[in-house]
Amino acid sequence: MTAAANRKPVIRKRTGYIHNMIHNPVLYLMALPVILYYLIFHFLPMYGVLIAFKDYVPARGMLGSDWVGLSHFTAFFNSSYFPRLLRNTLAINLKELIFSFPVPILFAILLNEVRSTRFRRLSQSITYMPHFVSTVVICGLMVDFTKSTGVLTNLFVALGMPRVNMLSVPEYFQGIFIGGIVWQSFGWDSIIYFAALTGIDTALYDAACVDGAGRFRQTLHITLPGIAPTIVVLMLLRIGSMMSVSWDRIVLLYNPLTYETADVLSSYVYRIGLTKMQYSFATAVSLFNSVINILLLIGANSLSKRVSENSLW
Amino acid sequence: MTGIRRQVAKPARNKIRRSAGEKVFDVANITFILLLVAITIYPLLYTVFASFSDARALLTHEGALLYPLGPVTVQGYRMTFANPNILQGFSNTVAMVVSGTVLGVVMTMMGAYVVTRKQFKLRGIMMKGILLTMFFSGGIIPTFFVVRGIGLYNSFWSMIVPSALNTYNLIILRTFFLNVPDSMEESARLDGANDLQVLFKIFLPISLPALAVITLYYAVDYWNSWYPALLYIRDRKLYPLQMFLRELLILNENVESASGKQMVSEAYTRELVKYCTVVVSTVPILVVYPFLQKYFVKGVMIGAIKG
Repeated sequence: MTAAANRKPVIRKRTGYIHNMIHNPVLYLMALPVILYYLIFHFLPMYGVLIAFKDYVPARGMLGSDWVGLSHFTAFFNSSYFPRLLRNTLAINLKELIFSFPVPILFAILLNEVRSTRFRRLSQSITYMPHFVSTVVICGLMVDFTKSTGVLTNLFVALGMPRVNMLSVPEYFQGIFIGGIVWQSFGWDSIIYFAALTGIDTALYDAACVDGAGRFRQTLHITLPGIAPTIVVLMLLRIGSMMSVSWDRIVLLYNPLTYETADVLSSYVYRIGLTKMQYSFATAVSLFNSVINILLLIGANSLSKRVSENSLW
Repeated sequence: MTGIRRQVAKPARNKIRRSAGEKVFDVANITFILLLVAITIYPLLYTVFASFSDARALLTHEGALLYPLGPVTVQGYRMTFANPNILQGFSNTVAMVVSGTVLGVVMTMMGAYVVTRKQFKLRGIMMKGILLTMFFSGGIIPTFFVVRGIGLYNSFWSMIVPSALNTYNLIILRTFFLNVPDSMEESARLDGANDLQVLFKIFLPISLPALAVITLYYAVDYWNSWYPALLYIRDRKLYPLQMFLRELLILNENVESASGKQMVSEAYTRELVKYCTVVVSTVPILVVYPFLQKYFVKGVMIGAIKG
């Protein structure tokens, strides 16, 4: 007892931060730039979020600007933009969940049924490709293909729709936006499902074969349950980001004619904050969006933990 | 990807004679996949065809292209490479890719190394802090003021330093480092190696595949990066290629939305140059892509395992 009690302070001294630093100078030197990077470019902006509660004037600085409490938030909730932004943000995410989320799953299952290895490899190589094309190029091609004489427009005209610049029609915007996302990402997103398919025990298929199950029934009773955990986790994570839309894509594709259906919270933050310079108001909108995102993610994660063993943390 | 199962499963399944229904399914399935592949590749092919077309023919053309219009010509490429903006953008982008990737890989290596060292006391709190940044960020406006406040605004480094380290890449490398057996490090320590030597002589060689993955991720990200330039750069001389592409592809095109017609006053070659620029800016990545594909895929898999 006394020996242990006597040793305790010695241990504490040995494991102190200063002592630790003196004994591992190289480690601390290596950590320094990384820590500085996170402090300056991640944690300092987190502190900067306080301008959402101030009337920020750059000339007066962060500390010199007056506190205004929650007035930016109440102004936002009472503005006519609030319902529109909320509706568009949710609508785009919901449509993505319905139309974009299942495509890589379907693609992986169907391609897995093809016997030729070379065909499978080639299909994968080609469908992964758009993932590496820049957002600017993708959106630029979308603009080009949907202009009044564009390739896609011609296709839709042949199907009986009027000839217009499709990206200037509010009713079409969300469809085009999601189409572009599916085009760019379905191949790449299928990688994780291919991996899950690889993990399915082949003995299950052999047993099903012996029992006389056809390929459709094998898919239904072995393949689908085999990748179900992956699907569930990815879907929950997707639901966790139901309130976020990447603003760069929106900003590249929208224009004042389509704001009605195209403007989302993040693009509004960019436009109001950095082009109209309402810094505090835009930060308040952005903070509102982040807080909802975090709550959704925490909810999705705990749900994911409950239904499967997988979770983010 | 699916090789392991296939090699075993396929022969077994082939033994059973395929029914008529299965044959119909196979044909329909392959047709459907071919259709998806065609839809994926066609916009890229269209751009290539258009870029070799005759400028006048392209201007009046509507709808799909299955081959270049008129006699195949490199006229468009000649004009593209004669454009000082494009050349400027190209060199800025290359400078950004090289310096950004080097900085990113070095930072990621150091970060991943220290957060996996048991003797590093700050390891726990540092990793918690890093993970926190994945879920909450101050947003673009406070970040903008930080960048401006430290004097990076309108400088080349504003496109690199604020994104110097990518947390996803850090997690990929960290996962890799965690799997390096302790015994390797211990034996090196017994030989008197310090941390720098352990990192470079043991962790670096053993993690080459993971380093390849993150190098490629950084390079692609910087090649395609455009919005840091939109936010922080006012001087057109500093614009990366993607910003000029945006002007060419998006801003000019939006003029059309008001009138519904092409701007006649525009030089008739603009369309052609547009497609050529897309090809020129995209080809560098798509050319190296097939050789590096296995690394990219590996990156997704490591990243998918819980960080």
